[in-house]
Amino acid sequence: MNKIFEKGGKLYWLHSTVDAFETFLHVPGTVTKKGSHVRDAIDLKRLLILVVIAAAPAALFGMWNVGYQHGLAVGDLRLNILGNWWYGFLRVLPLYIVSYAVGLGIEFASCQIRGEEVSEGYLVSGFFIPLIVPVDIPLWMLALAVAFAVIFGKEVFGGTGMNIVNPAILARAFLFFSYPNYMSGSSCWIHVKPTEQLVDGFTGATPLALDGASAQYGTGFWDLFIGTVPGSVGETSVIAILLGAVILLWTGIASWKIMLSGILGVLFVGGLGDLAGISTIPCYMQLLYGGFAFGIVFMATDPVTSAQTECGKWIYGFLIGALCITVRLVNPGYAEGMMLAILLCNVLAPLIDHCVVSVHLSRKAKKLKTA
Amino acid sequence: MSQTFVLKKGLDIPVAGEAELRVSKTIAPGIVAVQPTDFKGFLPRLLVKEGDPVLCGSPVAADKKNAGILLTSPVSGTVRQIVRGEKRKLLAILVEADGKRQSVDFDVRDAASLDDAQVREALLQSGLWPALVQRPYGVIADPALRPRDIFVSTFSTAPLAPDAAFCLGGELSAIQAGVYALSKLTDGKVRVGLDGNVASSPFAALKGCELYTFKGRHPAGNVGVQISHIAPIRKEDTVWTVSLASLAAIGKLFTTGRYDVRRKVAVTGPMALECAYVDTLPGTPMKELRAFWGNTPAEELRIVGGDVLSGKVIGPEGYLGFFDTQLTLLREGTDKELLGWIRPLRFNQFSADRSYFSWLLPKKKYAMDTNLHGGARAFLMNDGYYARVLPMDIYPVFLAKACLAGDIEKMEKFGIYEVLPEDLATCEFVDPSKNDIQDMIERGIDLMLKEMA
Repeated sequence: MNKIFEKGGKLYWLHSTVDAFETFLHVPGTVTKKGSHVRDAIDLKRLLILVVIAAAPAALFGMWNVGYQHGLAVGDLRLNILGNWWYGFLRVLPLYIVSYAVGLGIEFASCQIRGEEVSEGYLVSGFFIPLIVPVDIPLWMLALAVAFAVIFGKEVFGGTGMNIVNPAILARAFLFFSYPNYMSGSSCWIHVKPTEQLVDGFTGATPLALDGASAQYGTGFWDLFIGTVPGSVGETSVIAILLGAVILLWTGIASWKIMLSGILGVLFVGGLGDLAGISTIPCYMQLLYGGFAFGIVFMATDPVTSAQTECGKWIYGFLIGALCITVRLVNPGYAEGMMLAILLCNVLAPLIDHCVVSVHLSRKAKKLKTA
Repeated sequence: MSQTFVLKKGLDIPVAGEAELRVSKTIAPGIVAVQPTDFKGFLPRLLVKEGDPVLCGSPVAADKKNAGILLTSPVSGTVRQIVRGEKRKLLAILVEADGKRQSVDFDVRDAASLDDAQVREALLQSGLWPALVQRPYGVIADPALRPRDIFVSTFSTAPLAPDAAFCLGGELSAIQAGVYALSKLTDGKVRVGLDGNVASSPFAALKGCELYTFKGRHPAGNVGVQISHIAPIRKEDTVWTVSLASLAAIGKLFTTGRYDVRRKVAVTGPMALECAYVDTLPGTPMKELRAFWGNTPAEELRIVGGDVLSGKVIGPEGYLGFFDTQLTLLREGTDKELLGWIRPLRFNQFSADRSYFSWLLPKKKYAMDTNLHGGARAFLMNDGYYARVLPMDIYPVFLAKACLAGDIEKMEKFGIYEVLPEDLATCEFVDPSKNDIQDMIERGIDLMLKEMA
C-alpha cells in the first residue's frame, strides 16, 4: 500500500477502501505472526463468493421470470428465453446497483471509522436483497431499507460476524412494515409499465395469496417447482434454489441440519393443518410455495445468525419451518410467514444455543463426577 | 490389552518435507544455550556468572518462586555469556563446551528402589524437573504436589512430526526406568498413549503403567486430547505430563545417574535442503545447522522450533529449545497472489475446506509457506466448522470467545482446564476468519494464572 494511505499519511482516511480494493485484486502478502505458522488457503472472500455463486441460478431464473410474467400480464408472449431474461435483467439491474452502492458505501465508511479492513459480508447480503423484494419496488425505498438494515442490523453491533439478525431479511422486513402497499397485494410482483394494458381479469397475486385458486399461470406442482409464478425476484424457482443448495451443502458452508429440520418443521405443522382441515393444500406443497425454499437454503443457514451448536441447529431449523407454516395457516393478515419466522429465530438462536450448551455442560459435569 | 480410542475428528496437514529415517549428522555444539524462556512459569534467578566453570548437570539458574527448581547445563565447560533482553529479562545462558563431557553424578541408579522424596530430589537437582508440565495451564509442575495422574504421549500427529519409534524406540529401557521413577510421584497411574495409526508401537512393551491406544488424525497425538479421553481434568484436579524425549532423559538419569538430554531432532519442512535427523543437544545454536538451509536469505526463511502449528520462531541466530525434537523450515510467504481467492482451482494450495479441491488429491504434499491467505475478520463460521478438527468434548469458538472476553466463569465452563493452546491449533489452521485462536487461549490461561494466584 502506498505510504500516504498508511497511518499518519495524508489519505489515511481512505485506507480501508484502498485496502479493500487491493485485497480484492490479490491475496495480500501478510504472514502469520502468532500461533500456527501455516494457514489454510480458505478465507472469507472465498467462502462468501461461493454463496453468491450458489444463489446465481435463482437470480438468473428470477430475471427471466420477470420478463415472462410481464409477458403473461400484458398478453404478449412473443419474447424468447433470452429476450425475457434481458427484459428482466434490465429491471433487476437497478435494484442491484442501489443495493450495492448504498450497502457497500455504508460498509466502507463504517469500517474506516473502526479502522478495520473492509469485511466481505455485504457481498452476500447485497446479492440477496434484490432477490427477496418485488421487482417494482421504488429504488428510494430500497435504498432506505438497505441503509437501515446495514446500519441498525449490522454496523451498530460491530460489523460482519457480530450481527444478531440477517441484514437481508431485516431490509425486507423494513420494507414490509414501512411500505406494505408495495410489498403485498396483487400489483407489486409483476413489472408492468403504466402505459401497458393488462389482460382482462389478470391478477398478479402470488400463488400463496390466492391459496391455490385459479390464475392465469398454473399453480400445479411443476409450475411451483420450476418457478413460473409471480413472487419476489429470486424466490420462485425451487429447482434453481436446489442447485444452490447442492453447492452450499457440498462445501459445507450451509448446514444440512438446518435445511432438513426446516423441511421437517414445515411437514409437521403442514400435516397437522391438513388433519385439522385448516389447510387447503397438501403439506408437501407448502415447501414449494412462497419464500420458504429461498429462506431455508440461503437465509436461515447464514452461519452468523443461525444457531451455533449442532443440536441447536436442529431446533432452530425446525422452529423456522414450523413458525413459517403456522403464520401461513392461522394468520389471515399475512400470506407469507417465512421472513418473520427467520427473524424471530435469529433472535432466538442465542437462547437456543444457551440451552443446548447448558444441558451439554451439566451432563458432562455429571459424567466427570461419577468417573 | 490396552483400551483403544478411535478419534474421528481431526486434520492431518500435508506439509512437504518429511525427514528421512536416518541421522545425517551428530553435532557436538561448541556453545550451548540454556533458555529459561522455554519453561512457562519459570522466573529465573541466575546462579552463575560469566567465566564460571560448569559440569554437565551443574545448576545455572533457579526459579525465584520455588528455589528448588533448577535449570542445569547440558555440557561441561565455561559460562561464556549471559544474554539479556528488554528490561534485563534473562533470555539465555551461553555455555562454551570444553568437549570433556564431565558430568555431575547424581548417584541414582535404580529407580525401583527409590521412594517419592528421593525421586523428587534427583529430578530437582538434575534440572529435569522443569520437563514435568502441569495441567491445567501448562506450567512447570509444583514439587509440593502429588498429581492425580501422569500422562505421556508416545507419538505425535503434528505435521512432519519426528518418528518416535525411530528416535526413541532404541531407548526403551531408559523410558521404562523413567516410567518406574515417575510412578512414585503420583497416587494415580502413569498413563501412556500409544500410536494406533501404525501396525505396532515399540512402546506397547512398557510396564508399570496403563496403556491406551489412539487412532486418528492430528491432534490425536497431543497429550491434552488423550487426557480428555482417558480421564478429563476437573477443576480440582492436577495432572502432570511429560514428553517422550524428556521421559527418556529422566530414565537415563535413573540408570546412569547423569543429566543426559541428547536427542534426535528431525529437520523438516519445504525449505530444508536435506530432510533428515540430527543427533544433538537442546540449546544448540542454529548456526551449527546452517547446512540444512544453505544460502537462503534470513528474510525469506522462517526457522520454527517444533511443528508448523504450535512451534516457536527461532531465527538463524537462535537456539534449539528444551522441548524441541523438530525443526521446520518454511518460506516466508510475503508475495502477493493475483486474484488468488477467486481462482477456481489453486491446486498448489492446501485447504481443508471443500470450496477448494485438495480433497481430490489426498496424497499430495504441499510446500506451504507462512502466508496468512486472507485478512483477519471476526468469527463468522459457527462452532461446528471448528469442532470437526478438534477431537475433544469442547466448544472451541465458545471457549475462544470466553477467553477474548476475559470471562473467568465462562472459561471454566467451556473447559479452559483441559486445553493448552496447541490442542486448538487445528482450529486455528482452518479458520477462514484468520483469528489467532492459540493466542486467545494463551491469554485466557495467563489470565487464569493471574486470577488464581
